[in-house]
Amino acid sequence: MKKLIAEFTKGLIKENPTFILALGLCPTLAVSVSVSNGIGMGIAATFVLLGSSVIISFIKNFIPERIRIPCYIVVIATFVTIAELCMKAYSPALDRALGIYVPLIVVNCIVLGRAEAFACKNNVMASLFDGLGMGVGFTLALILISGIREFLGTGRLLGHTVINGFEPVFVFGMPSGALLVIGLLLGFFNFLKGRKA
Amino acid sequence: MINRLNVSVSPHIHNDQATSKIMWWVALSLIPAGVAGVYIFGSRAFWVITISIVTALLTEFLWNIVTKKKVTIFDGSAFLTGLLLAYNLPANVPFWLPPAGTVFSIIIGKQVFGGLGQNIFNPALVGRVFLMASWPSYMTTFTSPPKFLAWGLTKPMAYDAVTSATPLAALKEGKFIGHLSYLDLFLGNRGGCIGEVCIIALLLGAAILLIKGYISWHIPVTYIFTTGVFTYVFAGKQLFAGDWLLHILSGGLILGAFFMATDYVATPLTRKGQIIFGVGCGLLTGVIRVWGGYPEGVAYSILMMNAATPFIDRYTKSRVYGTS
Repeated sequence: MKKLIAEFTKGLIKENPTFILALGLCPTLAVSVSVSNGIGMGIAATFVLLGSSVIISFIKNFIPERIRIPCYIVVIATFVTIAELCMKAYSPALDRALGIYVPLIVVNCIVLGRAEAFACKNNVMASLFDGLGMGVGFTLALILISGIREFLGTGRLLGHTVINGFEPVFVFGMPSGALLVIGLLLGFFNFLKGRKA
Repeated sequence: MINRLNVSVSPHIHNDQATSKIMWWVALSLIPAGVAGVYIFGSRAFWVITISIVTALLTEFLWNIVTKKKVTIFDGSAFLTGLLLAYNLPANVPFWLPPAGTVFSIIIGKQVFGGLGQNIFNPALVGRVFLMASWPSYMTTFTSPPKFLAWGLTKPMAYDAVTSATPLAALKEGKFIGHLSYLDLFLGNRGGCIGEVCIIALLLGAAILLIKGYISWHIPVTYIFTTGVFTYVFAGKQLFAGDWLLHILSGGLILGAFFMATDYVATPLTRKGQIIFGVGCGLLTGVIRVWGGYPEGVAYSILMMNAATPFIDRYTKSRVYGTS
């Protein structure tokens, strides 16, 4: 059990997919304009990670070595389709806001990376906790980035005005702002990591 | 570590040109333009400049303390960044805007790269572009000069300040700007940023730097020349009918060409590279002004060429003597 919890917690900070492994930066850059987008994207990606890690870990012994990537993609795409259809049915506004980035979870490097690096080598329980940890880590990173960007770029958090009279810094709502925030946070987390070591 | 690098065989010639000395000379040579700006736009311009410099120094100082590095506020670079950033602002910006710009300039533009000498972009321009992208309305609302009595060029106005478009912005919107003569533009009797309007004061400062040998003519001259040729060819109603003198005298071209495109850190090292740099800046400025969405493109073109500097340096490396 202790080992499983370790598999879960490593995704939060020590091997955080966004800040330490620097995976999945493309959706992170694109959807982190507002916190609600960030949370939606994080939950969708967590669901896909969880499902695909478990299934791939289940069938890892049947997958031929040479065509493993297409097999992973089929499994991942299945879960992405489920996530996308659910989002369309229950939260059409969020689906419109995230747009193309939901189907693009198929090629999200976190999902494929965990399948290739972890799920195909470990048992089902370990893969489940690894997928969950990575998904939660990704979601937390997205909330942090989109929180900073939404607050500075629009003066609001989750759509609510935080400080009256704050003049929003437009640049943080733009792609350049995403690159700035992610770059500075990456630097900060690596600084912390270096100090610990 | 890098500072201990000591490569060369004797004999050594001592040169007393320290970085800080050059920085202070550049700052000194910018004073005429600042005085002119304050005269043209009034005391508010003075406060914008002061706030900008003080906050730049303060940011540098605090960053030095927090990162436990040597305090570098006396090398003049933070002072110069604050000064140049203020020159790139309209005089009527709210007073919290210059600090926002200088903090961004000093930290993101310079210190995150490792301080002076490591920055890949001109810090003051980074600050200006940040402010442009963040608060465009403040950055593009210009007051027209409220008074300009000395030479009897214009009638005194009845208002404290009247907002007006810069000549380039008016040109972009297709408005007639015939009421401004070249002499007006040369003396600075127009709307614009604090430090860019008075061409004669800028040229005075530039002359000091050229005579002292702190800048070479290569970048500014090729930059201004290229912009002039480009606008002459493309900015008119037909080819070869553009008002090139207007384009040279308005906007931030003179300020940018002499004081920001000549930044030691982020520009090419060789003469050949500097000419490429100047021509590139001129072309980009012309393209942005004539075909782009913004009326002015000096800041963007210098930053873009700053980004290209490592490549220019790589391809214009001087040949080692005795090799082919």
